Amino acid sequence: MITSFLIDSLDRRGRVVVALLVALALLVPAGNLLVPQESAFHVSTYQLTLCGKYLTYALLALSVDLVWGYCGILSLGHGAFFALGGYAMGMYLMRQIGSRGVYADPVLPDFMVFLNWKELPWFWQGFDMAWYAFLMVALVPGVLAFLFGWLSFRSRVTGVYLSIITQALTYALLLAFFRNDMGFGGNNGLTDFKDILGFPIQEPGTRAALFSASALMLALGFVIASAVVRSKLGKVLIAIRDAESRTRFIGYRVERYKLFVWTLSAVMAGVAGALYVPQVGIINPSEFDPAASIEAVIWVAVGGRGTLVGPLIGAVAVNFGKTWFTGVLPEVWLYALGALFVVVTLFLPRGIVGLWETMVVGRPKPAKEIDEAGEKAGEAA
Amino acid sequence: MTGKAEGSLLYLDDVSVSFDGFRAINRLSLVLEPGEMRAIIGPNGAGKTTMMDIITGKTRPDTGDVLFDGSVDLTRLDEATIANLGIGRKFQKPTVFESHTVEDNIALALKGRRGAFASLFHRRSVAEQGRIDALLSTIRLSDKRDLLAARLSHGQKQWLEIGMLLAQEPRLLLVDEPAAGMTDAETAETAILLKEIAKTQSVVVVEHDMTFVRALGVKVTVLHEGSVLAEGSLDAVSANPKVIEVYLGR
Repeated sequence: MITSFLIDSLDRRGRVVVALLVALALLVPAGNLLVPQESAFHVSTYQLTLCGKYLTYALLALSVDLVWGYCGILSLGHGAFFALGGYAMGMYLMRQIGSRGVYADPVLPDFMVFLNWKELPWFWQGFDMAWYAFLMVALVPGVLAFLFGWLSFRSRVTGVYLSIITQALTYALLLAFFRNDMGFGGNNGLTDFKDILGFPIQEPGTRAALFSASALMLALGFVIASAVVRSKLGKVLIAIRDAESRTRFIGYRVERYKLFVWTLSAVMAGVAGALYVPQVGIINPSEFDPAASIEAVIWVAVGGRGTLVGPLIGAVAVNFGKTWFTGVLPEVWLYALGALFVVVTLFLPRGIVGLWETMVVGRPKPAKEIDEAGEKAGEAA
Repeated sequence: MTGKAEGSLLYLDDVSVSFDGFRAINRLSLVLEPGEMRAIIGPNGAGKTTMMDIITGKTRPDTGDVLFDGSVDLTRLDEATIANLGIGRKFQKPTVFESHTVEDNIALALKGRRGAFASLFHRRSVAEQGRIDALLSTIRLSDKRDLLAARLSHGQKQWLEIGMLLAQEPRLLLVDEPAAGMTDAETAETAILLKEIAKTQSVVVVEHDMTFVRALGVKVTVLHEGSVLAEGSLDAVSANPKVIEVYLGR
């Protein structure tokens, strides 16, 4: 039942996206591992890891779009959920190091030995087991988002005020995680990882597998987001975005709908963070930086807010630009990013996807027409 | 207290509310019988919209009783609970869901389970589709069903909102200035539509337009400075010297 619920919800564009992601998950690792280095189709390990990182950013962007584009909740602190998922994964990877650390302590990570700690703090217990750590990847951001959302949506905090407290949340976590006594490695964060699930983390094969996992997880996130958005619940979310009090007077408990999508989105962001950390090899408090969360909002705006494909395109395009820019003109990047946001807000309110629709389709179609056209084309094919 | 409210659909007794020292509603009392249609008129600032806010749970009164169906205390409930009890509200400015189609607007308002998980797995049934089709033809928007609500004219949005109210199957409809901004022809049609609705449901209409109130031909309550000034047929209240003074100035 759940499977058909998920599959049925994909329109033609959605099926193309999922097919593309699955193809990426197979072809890019093959290009890295099987194609000889001299070939034009060879993908270097650097490129593979870079693309894998972009895919995790795309999943983060999708989670931001789910709350902002579809429910009107502008989160300027989604980086916090991303980072918490990342830290949960980082803690697992730290425990995997075991006695191979500089201080060769079989249990304590290096930074704890350095701080003269004698035993593992309670919140580090269990992270040596993969299943427990992976559960925490979803649970920690999920529970935090649930509590935060329950308090703020119930008190009817909306708009700019909510954006500001999400920003405050991530900033508070940034300051907390900087402290050595918190037990998360302070300023340096967690790094020097060796193994994941028993496989050496630097090996090309492991890196290829991590890339595939990112692509497949993004595809899964896309299917789930699509199912949510196109269900009746998704229509209620859009109704809340457009006319919140109208939705209340029809009899919907707005705060519960917001809480559902907010928590789901935080879990998605956490999973993205968990896939990001083993690929970049480090997690530190800078991931909690409010600027990082704002950047994620810009990806969504550039790609196309309120569409499912938009955030994926936006995240990859902007980060590709960032990689290129910071290589060629590093000091200009932040200005370019700011200018991009201004230009998109002023001239492309519906982002790249909106521009594409206006140019190719001629005019933005109502959702219904697109769906039906998609269905017919799907049947014909 | 409950004794007096018995048999009434809506019962307001001695209700007062102040905002920063300004008494928007001042010892207001009003009783509505089941099946009754009532027009409420009054100059600007008389407290008409605040009264609706109190009934629908948006504003809590400082003192007084607000009872629905003779016994349900509305002052303790939130908007969603009150809506699900069977009180529907139409705003002064038409508020429909602009990025949804006309049909989806009705579908969202349709009476049914309102929980988040019930909505997530909801599939539209044949019965529901039939109900949507019937409502669309009542509000004369069948041919516009696939259009985004944003593209409707002002008058059509008003009708769509009335259609959404009907879809909720409320026992009491609160309608705030339904004829505002409508053409004369649309106003006349709206009066017919409301009279049609009043055959099966209780309706409270707040209105400025006297021609429209006359077309409805129902009992009128005149509000002034947050309390009831006069009550009766439109002709009777129009002849009331106090009403004339309020409307024509001192």
